[in-house]
Amino acid sequence: MKTRILFGFFLFLLLAGSTISSFGQEVQEKTESEGKFDASTFILDHIADSHEWHILTRKNGEEVALYLPVILYSKEKGFDIFSSKKISGGNVYKGYKLEEEGDLKGKIVKINQEGIIDKENLPIDFSMTKAVIGLLAAAIIGLFLFLSLSRSYRKSGISHPRGLQSFLEPLILFVRDDIAIPNIGIHKYEKYMPYLLSAFFFILINNLMGLIPFPPPFGANVTGNIAVTFVMATCTFLITQLSGNKTYWRHIFAAPGVPLWLLPIMIPVEIIGLFSKPFALMIRLFANITAGHIIVLSLICLIFIFNSLSVAPVSIFFVIFMDFLELLVALLQAYIFTLLSSLFIGMAIPDSH
Amino acid sequence: MILLANSLVTPGVGTIFWSALIFILFLLILSKFGWKPILSAINARDEMIKGSLESAAKAREDMLKLQSDNEAILRKAREERETILKEAREVRDKLISEAKGKATEEAEKLIEKARNGIESEKLKALAEIHEQVATLSVDIASKLLGERLKTTGEQAKLIDNYLKEIDFKKN
Repeated sequence: MKTRILFGFFLFLLLAGSTISSFGQEVQEKTESEGKFDASTFILDHIADSHEWHILTRKNGEEVALYLPVILYSKEKGFDIFSSKKISGGNVYKGYKLEEEGDLKGKIVKINQEGIIDKENLPIDFSMTKAVIGLLAAAIIGLFLFLSLSRSYRKSGISHPRGLQSFLEPLILFVRDDIAIPNIGIHKYEKYMPYLLSAFFFILINNLMGLIPFPPPFGANVTGNIAVTFVMATCTFLITQLSGNKTYWRHIFAAPGVPLWLLPIMIPVEIIGLFSKPFALMIRLFANITAGHIIVLSLICLIFIFNSLSVAPVSIFFVIFMDFLELLVALLQAYIFTLLSSLFIGMAIPDSH
Repeated sequence: MILLANSLVTPGVGTIFWSALIFILFLLILSKFGWKPILSAINARDEMIKGSLESAAKAREDMLKLQSDNEAILRKAREERETILKEAREVRDKLISEAKGKATEEAEKLIEKARNGIESEKLKALAEIHEQVATLSVDIASKLLGERLKTTGEQAKLIDNYLKEIDFKKN
C-alpha cells in the first residue's frame, strides 16, 4: 500500500515536472525569438483550441507538432479536407489561411483573389481540433474501460468485485446511490442512469486527461472548451424538458397558488429559469476547468516572468499543490454536473400532488 | 486579449458538432453494452445480498423460535409429568382409602353376619335345649309320675319349681 502511494506520488511529480519542462522549453524558444515574454498570450494559446497539437520547438526553430485534419465547408467550394500542416506557419492553401493576428486569431479564413481576408464568408470549420482529438481519446478510453468492465461482470457473474470492478464500482454506486436515487427518486431513477453515468465518467475522464500534461492526446483543455460543455449542458436540458411531466409544465405556465395577474411576469421568469439552469451547468464546468489550467500555467510562467531559476522551486511546489487541487476539482466538477443534472431531471418529474 | 477571451467563450460550430457526435455515440454504445449489464449485475448482487441477509435473519429467528418452542415443550412435559404424578398419587391414596373402607365394611359385615349367625345358632341351641329340657322334663316327669304318682302334691310342686328355675335361667 505504502509503495503504491509513493509510486503514485512520484508519477505525479513526474507529470508536474514534465508540465514545467515541456512548457518551459517552448517558452524559452518563444522568448528568444520575440525578445519579450507575454504570459497572457502564452496561457491563452494553451487553453484555446487549435488545429495542431504542439509538442516542442527545436533549437533551430523547427516545430514538432501533430498536424490535425482540417475539415472546412464553404458555400462555393463545399467540403475541403486537408492536414493542418499545409496552413501552418501562415501558409495559404486552397485559398485558406490560419489567421494568427487580430480578432480572428486561431480561425481559418478564406482569402480571395486580391489576397484579402473575406470576413463576410467565413468557412464553417468542422476540423478535428485538439479538443476533438482529446474528446475522442477520452471516449475511446471510457468505452474500453466500461466495455471491459461489463464483460468482466458478465464473466464473473454474481461475485465480489475484483480488479477493475473494485475500482470503478464504488464510483458507479456513488452515482446511483448518492446522485440519482436521492434526486430523481427510487422508482424513476433507472431510466436516467445511463445518461448520468455516461456524463459523470465522460467529464471525469476528460478532466483527468486534461491534467496530464504531456503526450498527446493528454493535456488538451477539453472540458474547459465551451463547445463541449455546451453539448453536455444541452443534453441535460433536452432530457429534462423531454421527461417533464404535467405537474412540471403546470408549474411553469400556471403555477398553482399564483394570482392570475402575476402570470405575465411569472411565465417569462420560469422560461428564463429553464434556460439559465443548463447555462449555469455549461459555464460552471467550463470556468472551473479553464481556471485550473490558467492557474497552473500562470505558476509556470512565473519562472519566465522573473527569468530566474530560483523561482522554479516555489513554482514547482505550487504547481504540485495546484495539481492536487485540480485532481479534486476534476472529481468535484464531474460530481456537480451529474448532481445538478439529476436534480433538474428530478424537478421535471415530480410526483403529482 | 479580451478578444481572445471572447473566442474562448464562443463555442465553435465544428467543435459542437464533433463533441455532440462523440458524446452521443459514447452514451449510446455504453447504455447498450456497458451500463445495462453492469447495473443489472450490481442489482442482482444487491438483491442476492439482501436475500441472503433476510434468509439468514429468518433462519436465526426460526432457530430462536425453535429453541423457545423446545423450552416450552420441555416445560409442558415437566408440568404434565407433575400433574400425572399428582394424579397417580391421588388415585393411589383414593384407592388405598377406598380399599381400607371397603375392607372395614366387609369385616364389619362379616362380623355382623357372624354375630347374627352366632345369635341365631344360640337361639336355635337354646330352643333345642328348651325342647330337650322339656322332653327331659317330660321324661323325668313321666318317670317321676310313674314312681311317685301317689304322692301327687309333692311331685307337682317339684316340677313347677324346676320349670320355674329353667325359665328364669333362660331369660
